[in-house]
Amino acid sequence: MISRIKHFFDTFLLTELVRGMALTGRYFYARKITIEYPEERAPQSPRFRGLHAQRRYPNGEERCIACKLCEAVCPALAIQIESEQREDGSRRTTRYDIDLTKCIFCGFCEEACPVDAIVETRIYEYHGEQRGDLYYTKDMLLAVGDKHEAQIAQDKAADAPYR
Amino acid sequence: MTLDYFANLLGPVWLPVWTLAKIVAIVAPLLLGVAYLTYAERRIIGYMQVRLGCNRVGPWGLLQPIADGLKLMFKEIVIPSGANKGLFILAPVLAMAPALAAWAVIPFADGLVLADIDAGLLYVMAITSMGVYGVVLAGWASNSKYAFLGSMRSAAQIVSYEIAMGFALVGVLMSAQSLNLTDIVQAQAGGFWHWYWLPLFPMFIVYLVSGTAELNRAPFDVAEGESEIVAGFHVEYSGMAFAIFFLAEYANMILVATLTSTLFLGGWLSPIPGVPDGIVWLLAKISFVLFLFLWFRATFPRYRYDQIMRLGWKVFIPVTLVWLLVEGAVMQTPWSYLFH
Repeated sequence: MISRIKHFFDTFLLTELVRGMALTGRYFYARKITIEYPEERAPQSPRFRGLHAQRRYPNGEERCIACKLCEAVCPALAIQIESEQREDGSRRTTRYDIDLTKCIFCGFCEEACPVDAIVETRIYEYHGEQRGDLYYTKDMLLAVGDKHEAQIAQDKAADAPYR
Repeated sequence: MTLDYFANLLGPVWLPVWTLAKIVAIVAPLLLGVAYLTYAERRIIGYMQVRLGCNRVGPWGLLQPIADGLKLMFKEIVIPSGANKGLFILAPVLAMAPALAAWAVIPFADGLVLADIDAGLLYVMAITSMGVYGVVLAGWASNSKYAFLGSMRSAAQIVSYEIAMGFALVGVLMSAQSLNLTDIVQAQAGGFWHWYWLPLFPMFIVYLVSGTAELNRAPFDVAEGESEIVAGFHVEYSGMAFAIFFLAEYANMILVATLTSTLFLGGWLSPIPGVPDGIVWLLAKISFVLFLFLWFRATFPRYRYDQIMRLGWKVFIPVTLVWLLVEGAVMQTPWSYLFH
């Protein structure tokens, strides 16, 4: 009987609703977790998987040896490689294309690469204005690598102890 | 006085011109209030969800409603094939007009009212009930089964809660012994504890909750239900026609908040005896009730449709009837001062 009276007053005085509103009322004053993007940025891991790059050795020789492991492992079939023998007898790519519209940024190409040639950088702010702008050829990938080599090398070094 | 000078100059044309000026003086701030209510809603609900809300357009995002309005104005109004074109265009107007017309009898301060008519409360009830025609016609004229079902749902909801709302208002007019809104406010004179929210507390709660339901607002927004269905009666609307429905919804929100302030929270009267009354108090009370509406939306999950109907018919109507009975009985006894 007492519990029924209590239930009556609890429901008619909307106590549970008031408790709920007290909770949201407290959150009204809570610290906001929004990251205001262009001015603030979320922290990135050295393993961040953004735009791809092709690397070179310090002497300027490109790392890629056209083993096609990345092409084989790519789950989205986004990589296309053609290779030929160069004059000095070494095997090099004549074509290394990544279709970024197909790519799912899984990072398997980077994992598969025996010479750390193909890597994914921290860059995530890029765009294409026309169809085909996101079809990256060998020259474009090498250019990305040349531009950001310092950061790439630093990230690789930071990740090295864990693999 | 300059007003008299103009009155003599214009002759018989003066009355309509002067009335029009007064209408503009009410509607223009109201529409501005509607625009910034959408901003306040986004900011306040954002804050309660530990987000920031819109803060990009202009300082603190204050120009966001302007940008939204411009966007909607430049968008195309798509009229579905098979829709009844005339009614399709008329429906938003029918939804908007009552939301604006009801303001005619609202007293903003002592004597500051467009039409000080004796049956003011009745007028408000009658006019706001017209809003449901916009909803029904919008659903029907769209020639879409989804819009039609949505309009049925929201029309049934609005009609059901109107009854409980009407009974809650009967309590107020019994206490005030008047239907004139100015008289009702003046009957509450004497400070915070003399306002009708206290003696008519169940009515106050019923009015506030059924007001929320009337407005199709969360937690009674099954008609719109943006997280489960696209929209209710206005699925087929776009551009400015859609915006008119939104304007009507928010204008109605401000209207219900104003009525709550006028009928239960003492209108323009100040809460502390001795502090001067004025329109500032009314605005403060309206803001408070509007904040409550936004707070509700940030807090409560949506009611199921049958629960909405059960609450309206099997809880609110009996509660208001019982309290009317109690009030009527007490008023025949020496304790009748309790309800004055």
